[in-house]
Amino acid sequence: MSAKRQFRIWRGDETGGDLQDYMVEVNEGEVVLDIIHRLQATDAPDLACRWNCKAGKCGSCSMEINGKPRLGCMTRMSTFGDEETVTVTPLRTFPVIRDLVTDVSFNYEKARETPAFAPPEDVAPGDYRMQQVDVERSQEFRKCIECFLCQTVCHVIRDHDENKQAFSGPRYFIRAAELDMHPLDTRTDRKEYAQAEQGLGFCNITKCCTEVCPEHIKITDNGIIPMKERVVDRRYDPLVWLGSKIFRRGETPQTSVTTARQGSATPPSTSRGGVHSHAGGSHDPQAEAQAQSGVNWHREVPHPTAPAVDDRGRLPLTELTFDRAAAPSPFGDDVTFPLPPEHLNFAHPEQDKH
Amino acid sequence: MTTTTRIERHHYDVVVIGAGGAGLRAAIEARLAGKKTAIISKSLFGKAHTVMAEGGAAAAMGNVNSRDNWQVHFRDTMRGGKFLNNFRMAELHAKESPQRIWELETYGALFDRTKDGKISQRNFGGHEYPRLAHVGDRTGLELIRTLQQKIVSLQQEDQREHGSYDARIRVFSETTITELLLDGDRIAGAFGYYRESGEFVLFEAPAVVLATGGVGRSYKVTSNSWEYTGDGHALALRAGATLINMEFLQFHPTGMVWPPSVKGILVTESVRGDGGVLRNSEGKRFMFDYVPDVFRKQYAETEEEADRWYTDPDNNRRPPELLPRDEVARAINSEVKAGRGSPAGGVFLDIASRRSGDEIRRRLPSMYHQFKELADVDITAEPMEVGPTCHYVMGGVEVDPDSGAAFGHVRGLFAAGEVSGGMHGSNRLGGNSLSDLLVFGKRAGGHAASYADGLPARPKVAVAAVEAAVETALAPLQRDTGESPYTLQQDLQAVMGDLVGIIRREGELEDALSRLAELRERVAKVSAAGGRRYNPGWHLALDLRNMLVVSECTAKAALERQESRGGHTREDYPAMEPKWRQVNLVCALDGDTVRLIRKPLPKMRPELIGLFDRAELAKYLTDEELADFDALVPDAGEADNR
Ligand SMILES: Cc1cc2nc3c(=O)[nH]c(=O)nc-3n(C[C@H](O)[C@H](O)[C@H](O)COP(=O)(O)OP(=O)(O)OC[C@H]3O[C@@H](n4cnc5c(N)ncnc54)[C@H](O)[C@@H]3O)c2cc1C
Ligand code: SF4
Ligand code: SF4
Ligand code: FES
Repeated sequence: MSAKRQFRIWRGDETGGDLQDYMVEVNEGEVVLDIIHRLQATDAPDLACRWNCKAGKCGSCSMEINGKPRLGCMTRMSTFGDEETVTVTPLRTFPVIRDLVTDVSFNYEKARETPAFAPPEDVAPGDYRMQQVDVERSQEFRKCIECFLCQTVCHVIRDHDENKQAFSGPRYFIRAAELDMHPLDTRTDRKEYAQAEQGLGFCNITKCCTEVCPEHIKITDNGIIPMKERVVDRRYDPLVWLGSKIFRRGETPQTSVTTARQGSATPPSTSRGGVHSHAGGSHDPQAEAQAQSGVNWHREVPHPTAPAVDDRGRLPLTELTFDRAAAPSPFGDDVTFPLPPEHLNFAHPEQDKH
Repeated sequence: MTTTTRIERHHYDVVVIGAGGAGLRAAIEARLAGKKTAIISKSLFGKAHTVMAEGGAAAAMGNVNSRDNWQVHFRDTMRGGKFLNNFRMAELHAKESPQRIWELETYGALFDRTKDGKISQRNFGGHEYPRLAHVGDRTGLELIRTLQQKIVSLQQEDQREHGSYDARIRVFSETTITELLLDGDRIAGAFGYYRESGEFVLFEAPAVVLATGGVGRSYKVTSNSWEYTGDGHALALRAGATLINMEFLQFHPTGMVWPPSVKGILVTESVRGDGGVLRNSEGKRFMFDYVPDVFRKQYAETEEEADRWYTDPDNNRRPPELLPRDEVARAINSEVKAGRGSPAGGVFLDIASRRSGDEIRRRLPSMYHQFKELADVDITAEPMEVGPTCHYVMGGVEVDPDSGAAFGHVRGLFAAGEVSGGMHGSNRLGGNSLSDLLVFGKRAGGHAASYADGLPARPKVAVAAVEAAVETALAPLQRDTGESPYTLQQDLQAVMGDLVGIIRREGELEDALSRLAELRERVAKVSAAGGRRYNPGWHLALDLRNMLVVSECTAKAALERQESRGGHTREDYPAMEPKWRQVNLVCALDGDTVRLIRKPLPKMRPELIGLFDRAELAKYLTDEELADFDALVPDAGEADNR
């Protein structure tokens, strides 16, 4: 059973290009990549396209099919209507090399920056002992085939080249999460790193990455949100900070605390919500850097405000139980970003010394 | 013309061609030995063929059954290879693979666990005990990602120490090597092009490790990707090295045969390990009819016994579905030929009626996922249609077992992984490849590093050789009278698939050789349309000559070997012949033509051959060899202490 079908494929290189029309034979049971191969063998021998396994295992054949980032080898032709034109374009977030091939080196650079697994020094090879339940959480993220579909779909960089420097993207958030959850990894600052160096704060949990992931990794629910949650717990929650201090030193902290600023009322953000909104994400890497370094450590710390936690002491961040399309900002829905440094509800661990 | 061509130059101590398991492991070793190392790969970093391996990596760690040890693994490997293996490689492999697997854990790998927290091991065809370390059914992905991340971690060290990630180990992805360059008989470098730009690049290096994988693209139905054009095999031949065992190709018994577009994609063997059975169109579980004599002792004779094995393996014999894969492939082929095949020309693999949907989804998650997404087949509800698929080449570069250094008249060339030959003999056991990559990748990388250290002076690349390489590479683009590379590839695949396929005959092999000779002339005149930037037509045109010479080796060796053994089945010589077990067929290149040499197999050391039952050896060895064995191992009868 074969029929001629209309294809529009983007042809060109970094200097420009356009959609070209092809009529191609399509047989029952074929996938988009088969059609590309047929075109290469017939009308367009130099049509550039990456692929390897043709089985959804290597993540090479990422392309945008009718505007949606997908794997060419896992997109069955039967999912389109008989008369429907199928439009195939290269991944939008990365610079085009030729036709459907893009320069994905951004991802490899980010991979290189993410600190590697830190093995326990006192455990010999062969003596690693871990329980299945404990490795499963990290294993979910290790399913990643590095197709970079999540990277290409993420609005923080999709049309914002300027964010690329400060933002590693969902693929590398789950890499950090994977190592954070690794039972034997000895680094303890994975989440802080994600926040400070990978730009986790840019992510406002629109969930688009989870939606496109061909491996069905729950990038947001299982990776990003727990990372944010704990970053909040450990680093930004003054109560936790206070508690740990008391615990460590066995004495009341010396920080003086004012009561005047309670519940600093910033007007509620108007721009939160929608799937591709940028609410909660700081767009200016410089502002973020400034916010981190330009804090006046001598100022008085505002009175700690308890985060709005639920009865388990957790932030209400599950997407399932939440009433909005996206999860709330872990900093409170009423906070707009970037925060002016002087309003930072943050105390430097060593501020007593200054 | 050539003087105007820009060529980028790099200097390295060790150049590793191939970024699969073998290549990455070799590169890690070379870098740990302090060498400046380059890794070159045709596709992106982390996408090599190794990602496709599903079942697992075999290593006798004894985590699941404590009776397992290297001797048992060694025995299984030799048995699987029908005693044609290079025994020393099989020995090193069995001894060293546990360490190589444990080492991966220190790089961050997360294998599935046993109840007491060790690495879990699963059953697999041909292995006596559960032996395959695995991660669901994506073990290859775990392996390559782990090695990739280890390389990143080494680069991070270099960044801290030298201020550059690339200071001592650099990955050149989407770069194809087309030629090895020599200084006399010493390796001096490698020449290739960036796929992205079409620009040429020259690596000057005294030591090269080949880890380019296999040759499956020369076949019509194959599980292999476009990368598998036998580049490493051909590069080695042209550099003066030799290939052995090229007649032995593994056809995976259970590739998908329906729907047509996914023909060749594999159904992992663990479907059978987890309870899947093979049935013909009459619904009969036919594997019981195909247990060869050599295996009869280990395999169940009734369905009841076979079914009990899954829960009580110590007191029952294993189901015949778990026979080595060539036996299964042959059985399926016979059923199809006898007219008892499925509509699409395969047989049915049924797990749906034997395990609950939940269990199938849990034990075979990506298999379930793949079938559902790719073919809209629900494996928990209906049987799959499967048939033999070209999968793995046992043959490859003839190497020194301990160092991986290539034989023949070239020095400084090393090979590891699928591109090397000898380790698997006439047939590879499932799971033995992934551990092979690690064991011999490490060895080749280490020995390449010490070879580079021991050189008094760096060999020099000759300008003329580079000019010749440029000319060869550009030729298809400059011709417009020749045929399209795609047509030629199809014709080559047809010749190999139809005439040098799973079942071979003398007349067909002769026919194949004359057709390959015709193809050689057409390939020499191939022309590619378009420019140099990321032009797949041009890339294929350059790969074709490699595919061709490797196919010639296979066809010639297959014609010469007049017996059936492992991955080589001759309809006209259906039996295994002990005399042929003593012979390796070695291919070398004389100018342009493939020359075949018969070479005796190295003799197994007494303590190794003593591991086998005399009765078992009797099926493989000649009478003289058996007499030798009796003299060496007087108490042979009791030596089998399972
Ligand atoms: C579908 C499938 C399932 C499998 N399942 C298993 C299993 O369960 N267990 C098991 O043990 N084995 C399995 N195997 C076999 C095993 O995966 C392979 O044999 C093994 O991965 C080969 O690894 P390698 O390192 O030799 O080469 P590969 O991983 O194939 O890498 C080859 C590398 O060489 C590069 N290259 C090739 N030519 C050139 C050139 N001219 N220039 C530059 N670079 C080049 C390629 O780009 C690639 O990076 C399976 C194989 C397949 C296809
Ligand atoms: S949830 Fe949205 S913003 Fe966050 S990483 Fe995913 S796609 Fe990007
Ligand atoms: S997380 Fe999913 S979408 Fe992102 S790169 Fe990995 S497999 Fe692709
Ligand atoms: S070709 Fe490997 S994922 Fe599509």
